[in-house]
Amino acid sequence: MVEPILKVKNLNVNFGKEEIIKDLSFEVKKGSVLIILGPNGAGKTTLLRSLLGLIPYKGNIVWNSKKISYLPPQELVQRKYLPPMTIEEFFRFKDVENKDILKIFREVGLEISLLKKPFSALSTGQFQRMMIAWALVDNPEVLLFDEATYGIDIGGEETIYSLLHNFWEERNLTILLVTHDLDIVYEHANNVLCLNKEKMCYGEPTNILTPQNLQKIYGTGIKFYKHIHK
Amino acid sequence: MEIILALIMGVFVGAAAGYLGTLMLSKRMALVAGPLGHLTLPGIALAFFLGIDISLGAFVVVISGILIIWLLEIRTKLPMEALTAIVFALGVAIALLFIPEDKTIPALIGDISQISVMVTILTVVLSLLVIFVTQKIYKKITLAEISSDIAASRGINIKKYNFIYLLCIAIVVSLGVKIVGGLMTAALVAIPACTSRNLSKNIFQYSLGGLVFGGLSCLVGILGFKISGISAGFLIIFSSTFFFLISLIFKRK
Repeated sequence: MVEPILKVKNLNVNFGKEEIIKDLSFEVKKGSVLIILGPNGAGKTTLLRSLLGLIPYKGNIVWNSKKISYLPPQELVQRKYLPPMTIEEFFRFKDVENKDILKIFREVGLEISLLKKPFSALSTGQFQRMMIAWALVDNPEVLLFDEATYGIDIGGEETIYSLLHNFWEERNLTILLVTHDLDIVYEHANNVLCLNKEKMCYGEPTNILTPQNLQKIYGTGIKFYKHIHK
Repeated sequence: MEIILALIMGVFVGAAAGYLGTLMLSKRMALVAGPLGHLTLPGIALAFFLGIDISLGAFVVVISGILIIWLLEIRTKLPMEALTAIVFALGVAIALLFIPEDKTIPALIGDISQISVMVTILTVVLSLLVIFVTQKIYKKITLAEISSDIAASRGINIKKYNFIYLLCIAIVVSLGVKIVGGLMTAALVAIPACTSRNLSKNIFQYSLGGLVFGGLSCLVGILGFKISGISAGFLIIFSSTFFFLISLIFKRK
């Protein structure tokens, strides 16, 4: 029996009088991948931020780990108007050794020479790989990742998800991934949490991503999503 | 003797201001030192009234001003620079009402003609303290600039570090007022940082450059005062601007 690494019970988050998350309860098992699905404004980012204690909430959130890493959507990461900082200096913000930086850089498929480049000089795809490397360089047990492929083309998206999948397999990493992208769910998720302010469904993708549930989450206009499970 | 003390004081304050200025420029707050510098004026008036050192009077009022701005920001959610403008305008109005007429010009452009050993030692210690604290908070504040959520998720208390940072600005501005006056303190933090930015390719060079150009500008300005008799405040700004113009020639693409 795998222990839950995260237990959430009766979570409620309000911004003023607006209810963003309502009475949400779920558990995440250690070493599993949970994908959080939902339309815009469903409370996905708010959920991750509350799990990290970044915003006030009511209810219980219990982590069975202290080594948690978080990557927000790339649009919320400032890349301009910063000091003239190299990628290497950015990695030095963490207390890590040079060999660890070089190792993770190779693992995410980036050239070592990029370490000397300015923080703002990377392409969107390179930047996201670099951020993944940064998030994982000090060996966290949990990775919370919001909109992992924002602004990345289709080929790049697949690379990012494959990369995360490899890390998950090799490191027994627990991953909580927020996305709009239904395509990746069957291939990468152990469980799916469908969110639209409250829990609409939770469980293994093959069991719960039915046309009825998708209609319930996204409203009208969602066509049946057919997939081939590998 | 007085010129030696002025040189020591100027170089240390300039270096601390230049170093902190690189962080302020990164936070796009370099100009905030201007209004905060103006806020030293009622502090100077207070110092004259109580017969205390002008930097002490300036520090008390600048810290009070920062606290008011900080509380107003939480209360109103208005941008910090707008609130700073309100508070500094009030400060200038009060100052000009109360500063004795013959002290107005020294308050506006600085006066290094009467500096004691004690004040110099205290200034050097406080400048070193600002450099040390800035070095300690530099990475954390820069990470919070990149993403406040990433920083907070790593246990960095952003409000605490921002407050320490504002405290450092208050100290630098209060010390700087003696050298360049309440009108020109922004130049002490902004110009060396801009010069360094033009020349550096990483944070280490950038922050060190701010420190070096800040100290050097004050050194040249105060030596110029000794030779020409022109106010050191003006000459520090001129030398600082001269270094900036030279840096444009060597600016990294």
